Amino acid sequence: MSLEMEKRNMTFNTQQELSASGVRLDAKDAVPLRRPGRWIGAAIVLVLLGMLVHLLVTNPNLQWEVVKTYLFSGIIMSGLLRTLELTATAMLLGLFIGIIIALMRLSANPVLNWVSWGYIWFFRGIPPIVQLLFWYNLASLTEKLSLGIPFFHVTFLSVTTNSAISPYTAALLGLALTESAYAAEMIRAGVQAVSRGQLEAASSLGMKRGQAMRRIVLPQALRIVIPPIFNDSISMLKFTSLVSVLAIPDLLYSAEEVYSRTYQTIPLLLVATIWYLVLSTILTVIEHRVEGRLRRGHASKDGRPGRPAMPGYRSRWRLWNGPSPSEEPAPIGLS
Amino acid sequence: MTALSTSNAGIASSSSMPLVRVDQVKKSFGAQTVLDGVSFDVALGEVCCIIGPSGSGKTTMLRCINRLETIDAGMVYFEGDPVGVRLRGEKLYEMKPRELAEQRSRMGMLFQSFNLFPHKTVLENVIEAPLLVKKTDREKAVVEAKQLLERVGLSNKADAYPDNLSGGQQQRVAIARSLAMRPRLMLFDEPTSALDPELVGEVLSVMRDLANDGMTMIVVTHEMAFAREAADTVIFMDGGSIVERGVPADVIGNPQEVRTKAFLARVH
Repeated sequence: MSLEMEKRNMTFNTQQELSASGVRLDAKDAVPLRRPGRWIGAAIVLVLLGMLVHLLVTNPNLQWEVVKTYLFSGIIMSGLLRTLELTATAMLLGLFIGIIIALMRLSANPVLNWVSWGYIWFFRGIPPIVQLLFWYNLASLTEKLSLGIPFFHVTFLSVTTNSAISPYTAALLGLALTESAYAAEMIRAGVQAVSRGQLEAASSLGMKRGQAMRRIVLPQALRIVIPPIFNDSISMLKFTSLVSVLAIPDLLYSAEEVYSRTYQTIPLLLVATIWYLVLSTILTVIEHRVEGRLRRGHASKDGRPGRPAMPGYRSRWRLWNGPSPSEEPAPIGLS
Repeated sequence: MTALSTSNAGIASSSSMPLVRVDQVKKSFGAQTVLDGVSFDVALGEVCCIIGPSGSGKTTMLRCINRLETIDAGMVYFEGDPVGVRLRGEKLYEMKPRELAEQRSRMGMLFQSFNLFPHKTVLENVIEAPLLVKKTDREKAVVEAKQLLERVGLSNKADAYPDNLSGGQQQRVAIARSLAMRPRLMLFDEPTSALDPELVGEVLSVMRDLANDGMTMIVVTHEMAFAREAADTVIFMDGGSIVERGVPADVIGNPQEVRTKAFLARVH
């Protein structure tokens, strides 16, 4: 019932009565649509959350005292650093190789094309843990690694496999090569998403294909690829836990090392869990910042911001209102 | 089969050649013939407007001139040299990318959808090609770019990003960007077709200034008023060939061919 109608204590049953009365209706007086589903959902979630908190607080097997002791202990901290180091180097190496493979995939040269296709097929098809083990056991395949000209017995550099492939190198290679295959496909999709007109404009200005790629197309493609790259970084953070099979003291292996001594398995796994969550949260926040920066000069076509990396960051938690027109619906995909 | 017919052999290096010569150009996309033996010349300083219904091949013709499209037969000459191929001895060879890029850098091109670089500011858009292709000194490039932006009436937008400009402003930036390479020829592919009606005028007025300054221009357009007033010659294309060609007063004012009359009756 509109305000004016309420004031005058009027009701109308027919269209004729309404128009005869001369009352003007105003859309802003409309009662918002009720959304009982949201309230019911919230209630269920609250109950489940309460049960979880209750479990976390009351179950003595969690041994929070032990968690507290080890959370910032030296061995866990050095494991944490090792995990971070592995994540960063494997991602950087993977992206670097990925860009090269992507450019080969996009090249008009059929040889490069097939080579890169084969590379992606191979490294995307093997589980990372199999690769880790394979690289680690490379010495059993070939005793020496040499750089030279084949068939002419010219060798510039030769090392024994065991000295070249430490557990750390094996881990890095396995993780980075897997990542590079995924990154190549991502970057290729990004390049293809940049309009053809950009390449045409660049070449009509006299740029060569390489120049146009480097200066015009790739910067735009990388902007498109930023969210999936961060997604991959978070995956990589978790995949690094695989290196514990090579006895590299990363976060998980350090935790294992402690509980194999003290048998405090659950609290130490909790310590690792907490740190993995903290790190992936930090990555998400960084992703959000970087995306904002990259959007510079690149507003989405309709002027609406894209969906943020974290829920509620921009839109708050609105349980009771309908979507505000400026925020919803979020555009599908990237802005 | 030899690559050269005898009649072409002398022309290729002749200095009396027009700036652009399109000679019996043919092009098909799959089974569909888009250009069916098109020939015309454009002299230095000439403004040539190509009009015609959509699908008549006029945009493809324009893109063949700077080899954004390759041609199936015939030849395009620019400044007396064949475009995209090189004559060595008695044979024609496809150009290396470096040579083609060099040739293209002397032809500016404007697109219907502007194609500004969205990740660069207006000024960066204009100086990019001079820095990268001509290795111009940065300070000099910036000074020249600012003059060009002044010329298209956008000196206050140097630091803006393309997405924050109107369509008309973007197309004027694109003109400045092309001019920064000091082209001898400007190709316009329906430069105002994507613009709101009230923004068409500002782009046409910049193009008119360019024409008055003596720039050689080939313009694919639907703006009959512009063609009538600014063009030296008008070409009417239909079905992949030239139907009528002449001064605007004849082709637009007093068309002789039935197809030209029918087209003009539709667009007026």
